[in-house]
Amino acid sequence: MNVLYFAWVRERIGMPREVIETKAATVNELVTELSAREERYAAAFEDISALRVALDQELSDFDASLEGVREVAFFPPMTGG
Amino acid sequence: MRISVQHEPFDLGVESTAFASGHSDMGAIVTFTGIVRDLPDDPMDAMEIEHYPGMTEKAIEAMAEDAKMRFSLGDVLVIHRHGRLQPGEMIMMVATAARHRKDAFEAATFLMDYLKSRAPFWKREISASGVAWVASKEEDETALARW
Repeated sequence: MNVLYFAWVRERIGMPREVIETKAATVNELVTELSAREERYAAAFEDISALRVALDQELSDFDASLEGVREVAFFPPMTGG
Repeated sequence: MRISVQHEPFDLGVESTAFASGHSDMGAIVTFTGIVRDLPDDPMDAMEIEHYPGMTEKAIEAMAEDAKMRFSLGDVLVIHRHGRLQPGEMIMMVATAARHRKDAFEAATFLMDYLKSRAPFWKREISASGVAWVASKEEDETALARW
């Protein structure tokens, strides 16, 4: 599964994307798994209410299922316009 | 309908004139242009805009399709830039064409509200005092509730 990070999430984790092997069933489980890896992940995912998630390039929720999902992206609230 | 996510500058006059041409059944064209605003007390060197290639285009296309349906638009144009921009540069534009002005104005407002907080762009300001990500505003989220 491809995992992408943008803006300050990318800065905290220290890379824009990575390919991971996971058995996480939901986004929340994936967050728990990543946070347990290293301090920089824990720092990025410290407050998920400050984060947004997209599954296969569609905005989604942290309790959403990852079944069939190929690309997960984590980022702060968007500031376009 | 045209959506363009680009680094290059755009010519507002050329884009607006081209958009307004060939719509003899549309009585109203509204255009909105966003400018990189300088910080009054902390002059900015640059604004950097990051985006999510692939999702950005899809998200804007979905908003534009939604706007076309809701406001019976004849046409929509969205140009949004990314990368490093200077204060005063044009960052984005929206143009809407409708039979009557109310729909054209409302559709432009609708698109701006959605672009603010549903298109995957992230801005950061670079000034003498440092580099800071622009925080989203509560009011941008509440602006969506009225649609």
